[in-house]
Amino acid sequence: MDSKRAILEALRRTDLPPAPLPPYPAPVRFADPERQFAESLLSVGGRYLRAADAAQLASQLAAVEPFARAGRMVSLVPGVGRSDLDLSAISDPHQLEGLDFAVLPGAFGVAENGAVWVEGASLPLRALFVVPQHLALVVPAGAVVQTMQDAYERIAFRGAGFGVFVSGPSKTADIEQSLVIGAHGARSCTVAILG
Amino acid sequence: MGHPEAAARFVADDARAHWHDQALWFVRLKRDRQAHGLPEWEELRSCAAQIKAHTVSRLPQYLEEFERNATAAGAVVHWARDAEEHNRIVHRILSERGVTRLVKSKSMLTEECDLNPYLEARGIEVVDTDLGERIVQLAGEKPSHIVLPAIHKKKEEIGVLFHEHLGTQEGASDPTYLTEAARGHLRERFLAAQAGLTGVNFAIAETGGVVVCTNEGNADMGTSLPPIHIACMGVEKLIPRLADLGVFTRLLARSATGQPATTYTSHFHGPMKGGELHVVVVDNGRSALLAAEAHRRALSCIRCGACMNTCPVFRRSGGYSYGAVIPGPIGSILSPARDPARHASLPFASTLCGSCSDVCPVRIDLHSQLLAWRGELAEKRLVPAGKRLAMKAASLVFRHPALYALGGRVGRFLLRHLPRALLYGRWNAWGRQRELPPAPARSFRELYDGRDDG
Ligand code: SF4
Repeated sequence: MDSKRAILEALRRTDLPPAPLPPYPAPVRFADPERQFAESLLSVGGRYLRAADAAQLASQLAAVEPFARAGRMVSLVPGVGRSDLDLSAISDPHQLEGLDFAVLPGAFGVAENGAVWVEGASLPLRALFVVPQHLALVVPAGAVVQTMQDAYERIAFRGAGFGVFVSGPSKTADIEQSLVIGAHGARSCTVAILG
Repeated sequence: MGHPEAAARFVADDARAHWHDQALWFVRLKRDRQAHGLPEWEELRSCAAQIKAHTVSRLPQYLEEFERNATAAGAVVHWARDAEEHNRIVHRILSERGVTRLVKSKSMLTEECDLNPYLEARGIEVVDTDLGERIVQLAGEKPSHIVLPAIHKKKEEIGVLFHEHLGTQEGASDPTYLTEAARGHLRERFLAAQAGLTGVNFAIAETGGVVVCTNEGNADMGTSLPPIHIACMGVEKLIPRLADLGVFTRLLARSATGQPATTYTSHFHGPMKGGELHVVVVDNGRSALLAAEAHRRALSCIRCGACMNTCPVFRRSGGYSYGAVIPGPIGSILSPARDPARHASLPFASTLCGSCSDVCPVRIDLHSQLLAWRGELAEKRLVPAGKRLAMKAASLVFRHPALYALGGRVGRFLLRHLPRALLYGRWNAWGRQRELPPAPARSFRELYDGRDDG
């Protein structure tokens, strides 16, 4: 007998009455989700920017130290930052090593935890959100949902696909519980609400 | 060695035991702040518990649905009855593709299966990439906590370890400096790896996806650079619907480390362009746990570690004292289910205070299960004779009020009049680190009888 059948049969030997699926609880409502998003983002070590248009965002970013200092960067957001690497010509993610900064589109933000949903489909290479040393995510104005329960109402996977919530910069507290920012992924995470 | 003997070693270093206790209590307090910040927290816990109970009641159906959808998205699903088969499958995937360098992010399942030594014996270099796991791997140890693998280590010890293996400055122990060194060292490994292996936090039946949560981003480095991703999961990781993640992601990080979310919550449906995604679904004793009515609910565990951080015994005895891959309250339920004789002391490593059950995000009745285990182990005659006798004696005394009253009087007399040397003799395990309470002049019953009702 193959292992799949053996496992399913072993599980079926315990015949349980079906327990019902519960309704989801009503989640908290923040009066000003965008403000809550900014607060949550700061609490997880992120940096918050608010810009009316790409030009304003570009000048705000110029004041962000890792952006100003960045030797090599890529941007997938028109009018914000520059691309020193032709992403359409690359198929090997290892070539992203050495990038100092990436400006990427975020689909929406989550007020309760400062997370931004980044869709795999918007990235020519998946590694773009984690290999560059610093990260900026640009989220369209009005695209901040209240909680993760609201977030999953906006997400669908049909067939293949990747997506990630990014909440602040990469971090660890594995040495004596001291928080250190910049474990393996981005050393800083700036989120800009644009529009 | 049972829990009491192993714990005695840990508490022998008083300063470290106190530090450990405080560090974990600090995490517990962070968890409380997050939990209290959400008005719907208790409802979320109930909802999560019910979703898990529902899933566990129809595991075969959801497993088949998961396999169908995962396959449609381009993943290859493998099935392993036990640890040995799991290891064989992972090794086959790697060796057939000529992989000799594997990066791994945290997976308690691969610890349970002893995957690392299996692969290393067959010529594959395995690098654990979670910082805490890398620390214990370099030290030749195992994780002492499921979320904080190196919580038992002081930064000076890590400094010595890194000096030896990563060439950091001698005597350096600053966490930022050491983490930066590990970042550089592990980035090289990520770039050189031919495959990445991760655990699974949640597997979604409805979409066939797997979800992995980390703060460091190590799972993401390990699955976006090398083209081959192997994800290993126990059958209990399933949830029915994508939307259920709305409930579980709100609970997991808050319970685990007191953060509102893990930094990275990654959803994998099929491989990346030109790559492969393999999902290994493992039983290894879980179907037996499902059959055990008293302990079935332990299958709901989402491995957040909150029960360990809050447990007064875990905090003061350390993860290694449990002698099991999963320590703490949940480990003390899971381990005897695997090998009752070997882990018979674990259900007694608890004060039954119930704090674990209070914090558990999926409302597992941990302390009731620990109590149930004690009864089962006594029935199996796996409890030491001394303890059995003491339990019998206690039962006799509690059933006879006159005997109880007499015992109290004798006890109070002896507490007052026995010489210290006798009172704190070898027999008195309680008195080894503590003072016995002063004997009250009158018992509660005497006070109650003489009360003034006026
Ligand atoms: S038993 Fe509950 S508290 Fe303990 S690790 Fe599992 S989910 Fe967390």
